[in-house]
Amino acid sequence: MGRMISLAVVLLGVWFILSGSTDPFLLASGVVSVLLVVIIAHRMGMIDEEGFPIQLLGGLILYLPWLVCQIALANLAVARTILAPVMKIDAGSAWVPASQKTPVGLVVFANSITLTPGTVSLSVLEDRIQVHALSRKGLEDLQRGEMDRRVCAVEGRR
Amino acid sequence: MSTLIDVVSWVALVAGGLLMVTSALGMVRLPDIFTRLHAGSLADTGGVALILLGLVLQTEPGLNTLKLLLIGVVLFLTTPAVSHAVGHAALLGGLSPDSSDIDDSQSAAS
Repeated sequence: MGRMISLAVVLLGVWFILSGSTDPFLLASGVVSVLLVVIIAHRMGMIDEEGFPIQLLGGLILYLPWLVCQIALANLAVARTILAPVMKIDAGSAWVPASQKTPVGLVVFANSITLTPGTVSLSVLEDRIQVHALSRKGLEDLQRGEMDRRVCAVEGRR
Repeated sequence: MSTLIDVVSWVALVAGGLLMVTSALGMVRLPDIFTRLHAGSLADTGGVALILLGLVLQTEPGLNTLKLLLIGVVLFLTTPAVSHAVGHAALLGGLSPDSSDIDDSQSAAS
C-alpha cells in the first residue's frame, strides 16, 4: 500500500512538472490518469520491490555523489585517451564479481558500470558481470570491488 | 552575482560541447564497436550533465529548472541500458571483446 501511494505521488509530481498548469480541469484529469495507472499497474502485479524500487531511494541518495565523482574522473580519462595524438589503447574484457543479493541491486551495479565512461557491462549473470574496459586500469579498479561494496550498501539500507 | 552565474554557466556549456565533440571524434578514431561504446558514453554522461548544468543556470529558478533536471534523470536511467544492449548484441553477434588493442603503427596507418 505504501508503495502504491509513493508511486502515485511520484507520478503526480511528474505530471505537474510537465504540465505546469494549476487549471482545476487539468489537475483533475492528472489525478484520474495517475489513479488509473496505479490501479492497472497493481492489477498487473508490477508494483513490487522490482517494478518500483522506492526502498533503494535513501541508499541511492548517499551513493550518487560518489558515483558522480567517479563519472567525472572517468570522463577526463577517456577524453584524454581519445584526444591523445598517438592513441595507446589496452582495452580488454573480464568478469567482475557481483555480490548483490537482489536483481534490482544487480541492475544498479551494471548500470553504474556502464554509466562510468571507459567501462561497459556486456553480460550480467547472477554472481558476476562481464565488463569491457578501455584500459586495464578500469578493469582492475572494478575488480578491487569498491563499487560492488557501495552498491551492496545501497541494497542493505532499507 | 549574475555575471558570476553567467560565467559558470558558459564555462559549463562550452565544456559540455567540447566533451560532445570529443565523443564524436572518439567514435571515428577508436578501432572497434566496444571501444566506440566508451566514446559514446562520454556524450551520455559528461556532455549531457554539463550542458544541462549550463542551461539550469541560465533559466529562472522554477518549473523549467525541474523539467531540465527531469531530462537529466531520464537520460541517466536510459542511456546505460542502451549501451549495454549494443554491447551485449555485439557479444552475441560473435565479436570478440578482447581484440581491440591497437599499437602505434596501426593507428598511424589508419
